[in-house]
Amino acid sequence: MGELWHLPLDLVSWVLLLGGCFFCVVGGLGLIRLPDFYSRMHAAGMTDTLGAGLLLVALAFQATHWMEIVKLFFILGFLVFTSPTAAHALARAAFTHGLKPKLAEPPPDVALAAEQTDTIAETVSCEGGVSSAS
Amino acid sequence: MFAVALVAIAVTMLLALTRAFKGPTVFDRVLALNMFGTKTVLLIAVMNYVSHGPDFLDLAVLYALLNFVGVIALLKFVREYSLKPEVEIE
Repeated sequence: MGELWHLPLDLVSWVLLLGGCFFCVVGGLGLIRLPDFYSRMHAAGMTDTLGAGLLLVALAFQATHWMEIVKLFFILGFLVFTSPTAAHALARAAFTHGLKPKLAEPPPDVALAAEQTDTIAETVSCEGGVSSAS
Repeated sequence: MFAVALVAIAVTMLLALTRAFKGPTVFDRVLALNMFGTKTVLLIAVMNYVSHGPDFLDLAVLYALLNFVGVIALLKFVREYSLKPEVEIE
């Protein structure tokens, strides 16, 4: 009875493992190739969620003891809680440090405000920055 | 099949290291380091099933926690140039 379950479990595990590998490598390529910091955060976040999640679930299908499954889901739980926290802190630190997202074209309100006086332009761009941060 | 996963994770770690060396800002480097740490956790977890030696999964749990603490400490240092607590003790 135990032998009967090995093949489908292995099959599911291998598919998940390959999917996790795919997302890991794609995220790594994105980290190299994407143009600015905030888009690179997207690539890194993808490896943290889909890559790590699929890989750890795939390993859970290979477990021989229930304790291994518990440990794997511990790791998954830690990653699920810590990686968004780290990403949030990182984005906040970068934004308060003055790092601006790279845009294909200037945001419309800033371009419109550039035609008006300098003080109005400053306030409008500040509002645009705050709304994009939240 | 585990060898494929090991190679893929190692390649991703290399790419993250490349970004950590190249990164124009310090935040790129922190991001790459965070990703490198996560991939280390995955590498150790996969190693548990390749070598039937000691239990590597405990090490993976430990690395996941250490990685998080390290990133937060580094970010606090980058933002405030010190690791002191924010509250002033009188």
